[in-house]
Amino acid sequence: MTKMIFGRFLPGDSFVHKMDPRAKLLFVFIFIIAVFIANSTWSYAALLVITLLIMLMSKIKLRYLINGLKPVLILMVFTLLLHVFFTKGGALVVDFGWVNIYEEGIRQGIFISVRFLVLVFITSILTLTTSPIAITDGLEILLSPFKKVKLPVHELALMMSIALRFIPTLMDETDKIMKAQMARGSDLTTGPVKDRVKAVVPLLIPLFVSAFKRAEDLATAMEVRGYRGGEGRTRYRLLKWTMRDTLALLALLVMIAILVLLRN
Amino acid sequence: MDIKLQKVSYRYGMGTPFEKRALYDVDLHIRSGSYQAIIGHTGSGKSTILQHLNALLKPTEGQVQIGDAIIERKKKPKDLRPVRQKVGIVFQFPEHQLFEETVLKDVMFGPMNFGVEEAEAEQRARNMLTLVGLPETVLEKSPFDLSGGQMRRVAIAGVLAMQPEVIVLDEPTAGLDPRGRQEIMELFYRLHKEQNLTMILVTHSMEDAARYADQIAIMHEGRCVLNGTPRDIFSDSEQLAAYRLEVPRIIQFQKQLEARIGLSLGELCLTEEQLVRVLSRVVKEREAQ
Repeated sequence: MTKMIFGRFLPGDSFVHKMDPRAKLLFVFIFIIAVFIANSTWSYAALLVITLLIMLMSKIKLRYLINGLKPVLILMVFTLLLHVFFTKGGALVVDFGWVNIYEEGIRQGIFISVRFLVLVFITSILTLTTSPIAITDGLEILLSPFKKVKLPVHELALMMSIALRFIPTLMDETDKIMKAQMARGSDLTTGPVKDRVKAVVPLLIPLFVSAFKRAEDLATAMEVRGYRGGEGRTRYRLLKWTMRDTLALLALLVMIAILVLLRN
Repeated sequence: MDIKLQKVSYRYGMGTPFEKRALYDVDLHIRSGSYQAIIGHTGSGKSTILQHLNALLKPTEGQVQIGDAIIERKKKPKDLRPVRQKVGIVFQFPEHQLFEETVLKDVMFGPMNFGVEEAEAEQRARNMLTLVGLPETVLEKSPFDLSGGQMRRVAIAGVLAMQPEVIVLDEPTAGLDPRGRQEIMELFYRLHKEQNLTMILVTHSMEDAARYADQIAIMHEGRCVLNGTPRDIFSDSEQLAAYRLEVPRIIQFQKQLEARIGLSLGELCLTEEQLVRVLSRVVKEREAQ
């Protein structure tokens, strides 16, 4: 459980850590779109290199990222295999009679996997280098123009920050309940799949009960402290846009230009 | 069943940036049939030790011997299960682990996991629920409809129904009212005396440790720094202070009283009852003079 990195924040003082959350959010948003520009071997290679560069700048270890993203990486390998075995086109590479592997299948498989990997890495780096509070602050400001069309921006940001805030809490809770049930002889880690699925019930029910209780407590705590939504609310933490952020976004533009040039 | 910890070290989150060492070379021998308290300030490693006592955690270094079973880092999860039946843990706020539709079924969950027949498990569950002081009427109720104190008792019955030889208690009375607190502690003490169960109590409460335990181990920053009888441990309040712990209030009271009347009572009293006894003896002796 401690290995999961979704929603975790690793404090630090790298270039990426120091960036303004608005800049980081914009960067990631545009980057995600830019990922879909790539369509050739070289452009995918460039994407991968850029992602690794960003990772180096954030001073997050590759081994840590890979360990934490294992479940996602397994899914990625699965899509890779799907493509390798089922996409047809191009020259026939392997012919086993009933299994045929085509060049296009391998190509597509690798492309999709790289795209997936890059997306997962870049978003993980965002959450790992930015505190949940900073992310929501940034998001709220970036989305504030949509208030004009009656989008409840503040409420959405609040919901998100609460969700992010409680991921680690729920993880700890899961761990605790799991241990309590294991101490009563329930077994989630060994035995046939059928038994393991059954063993999830004693874990999920207490977890739901406590999550609802927690939600109710939080609502009460907010109410007694006079929370009334975002109307007229001032900020304690002010975001500061610096040269660093402008530079990062300029670098992003250069990157997009490179990707467009490498397209075929 | 003896439990022996030998040079046990534990690190949380091995190989991640969150790696944190929680235990350093802990040696602790808990004898069969004893009542061992483990006390320490917050973050001293008490809870980590506790999870080693029935193999929920495997030591990253060193070994834990539970009866005949030896728990080391390399052990496979399936070899650890038999150990868990012998050592029952009552976690902090154990009511959080309740999940079944009825109280009876929840208490039967533990024994049935360890292969006890349904009829037998039900018999045990009924006995244990009576033992923890719950009326017959709760048996078919949902555990979520009970009061907090009753839920706690159901959860405790759930652990007792596994018929463990060793019971580990993690702050079993946290959040209970004084009366519930005393009843629960007395229940465990009775089990310890009558059925010769080994009890391991992890607690903040010096008073409980002084009253019930016959051995006290003190944890400080991941190390087991002291282990001895309550009298030995509580006779040196300066040393305890170094570990950010205080002697029980009754001993503080006795020390102040002795200073006030300029007379040593001759022995350290661990409970109110003891102090009353010693005091009345001293008063009688003086009147006789």
